[in-house]
Amino acid sequence: MTSPLQQKLKVTGPVVITANRLGDGAVVYRSADGTWTTELDAASVVTTAPAATELLTAAVADKLMAVDAYVAPVEITPDRRVRPGNLRERIRCNGPTVALPGER
Amino acid sequence: MYLYDDFDRTLVDERVREFRDQVARRLSGELTEEEFKPLRLMNGVYLQLHAYMLRIAIPYGTLSSAQLRTLAHVARRYDRNYGHFTTRQNIQFNWIKLEELPDAMADLARAGMHGMQTSGNCVRNITTDQWAGVAPGEIEDPRLWAELLRQHLTLHPEFSFLPRKFKIALTASAHDRAAVRVHDIGLRMHRNGAGETGFEVIVGGGLGRTPFIGKTIKPFLPKRDLLSYVEAILRTYNQYGRRDNIYKARIKILVHELGAEKFAREVEEEWQSIKDGALALDPAVVAEIAARFRYPDYELLEDNPPELRNARAEDKHFRRWLDNSVANHKLPGRAIVTLSLKREGEPPGDATAQQMEAIADLADRYSFGEIRVGHEQNLALPHVAQRDLPALWRALDEIGVATPNVNLISDIIACPGLDYCSLANARSIPVAEEITRRFKDLDLAHNLGRLHINISGCINACGHHHIGHIGILGVEKNGEEYYQVTVGGRADEGAELGKILGPAVPYNEIADVVEDIAAAYLELRERPEELFVDTVKRLGVEPFKERVYATR
Repeated sequence: MTSPLQQKLKVTGPVVITANRLGDGAVVYRSADGTWTTELDAASVVTTAPAATELLTAAVADKLMAVDAYVAPVEITPDRRVRPGNLRERIRCNGPTVALPGER
Repeated sequence: MYLYDDFDRTLVDERVREFRDQVARRLSGELTEEEFKPLRLMNGVYLQLHAYMLRIAIPYGTLSSAQLRTLAHVARRYDRNYGHFTTRQNIQFNWIKLEELPDAMADLARAGMHGMQTSGNCVRNITTDQWAGVAPGEIEDPRLWAELLRQHLTLHPEFSFLPRKFKIALTASAHDRAAVRVHDIGLRMHRNGAGETGFEVIVGGGLGRTPFIGKTIKPFLPKRDLLSYVEAILRTYNQYGRRDNIYKARIKILVHELGAEKFAREVEEEWQSIKDGALALDPAVVAEIAARFRYPDYELLEDNPPELRNARAEDKHFRRWLDNSVANHKLPGRAIVTLSLKREGEPPGDATAQQMEAIADLADRYSFGEIRVGHEQNLALPHVAQRDLPALWRALDEIGVATPNVNLISDIIACPGLDYCSLANARSIPVAEEITRRFKDLDLAHNLGRLHINISGCINACGHHHIGHIGILGVEKNGEEYYQVTVGGRADEGAELGKILGPAVPYNEIADVVEDIAAAYLELRERPEELFVDTVKRLGVEPFKERVYATR
């Protein structure tokens, strides 16, 4: 598989770095202090390709906490909250759009 | 049921120990993800959108009640209390933690289950008719031959790194419930002119981005040659199959590009060099494996006993379920009962831990402790006494698996789609749920008759949309979910690929489109007995296209 660092990054709006946590596969985001968080609001948001590349490079170098890191689009709400930028990321962030069996 | 021996148990136990060590080394950082990923995939462990997913094989779709209870235990202890039965007689758990996977696998191994060869470029779980061994008119139980293939092809060193994954299915009934014509190898048991039983060998079927109906390369293969001939096909594929392009790596592309005749000649040449060697099946070995299949000690029963006649006369709900979900058994006085995992507004193929446990208990009580899993994502109890049907129906109804919609429009086959799958472009489950709500009126569903809807959330076609009577394929256009519709596909002995109806429609219109197609069919059919697929065959897609796009 091609490393995300080998792919040309096109950044046209706010983005974050996301991955899955190694131990349980949970969706995590790279935060400004260089750790991973499950809270999208705590993710480091950047808007340029060089900044995204720098964040992604650090994320990929972390071989132990998270896997399959990549750049994902986000939206910033008027009250400065961070929201997933497309359906796939909304589902990753919020879970399946359907009730789980037995949870109805 | 097939009884595993010490060899099988040792093999699975050793694999669990090996995987436990690999997980520990990954968690400590000793193994990188690049090193670990192929190891986890060899055990059926994927990383999906929100979590790890574990896929467990249910060889030829046969489960014991003890195994089903173990699956319930895994769902409850390690997952979120449910499992998803797939279109290839597997079960998937969607929320397993890597840290807990070795324990889950150890629990599964104690019940003789594992995830080996449920992923990767190897021979996957070998599937068959979920009514194998009990279907009336069946030539013989195909599971013996599936088991022989399973034993031969499990951890086969030559076939552990094929160009791409490889799927084999068998059937021994005139009506194909195993979709053998859309597998890499399909084996159809039949008798030749001399009355001998053997296999029609079909290769190069498959769905995905380039769908093909398989081609027959050997009309009759004697049983003794099953392993050697399958080995010759796999060797030919291993040698000539493409490894430079993942989208052209399946055997269907090789068969298509070489042509079925040339491919058959290549196989034949390879086969001639091995057919009389160690792989020629010794009848004593076959008998030994056959002896490890345990069949119920059936008592002789009368057909249509008074308990059944009375319940049928007295209760219209029971009658509807009986007519829809209960099939004839090869023996008088018994029945095959399909348990619908397609309740209105719920994900197709999902079962909770509580349902699994209750079904295991009912299997013990009414079906000699045996459960079957079909590629349509339903379960079956294969050995039910007809006199027990009323009591069984009440018990199944209580746990929500007696919806009388088997083979009807709400009996939808669907992949997990974008709600779970990292490959998907669009959601499948909410589309399926909405369609079941639109067709919750069982009178309407029964009036529509046999009508299979298959939904895939991407071109990989895990929901087998190409062979749905109505096929729905999710695609993404400018960040929005759209759905392309095909009609006229079928998976059975008359397998055909559906034809595209027209431009894809957005998410919020797809259930309307299905309603339009259903309404058009009711107007167009010549008589109520003419099935939807037969109307499509007679008239083509045009009248359906006109109806669907007239107002769009």
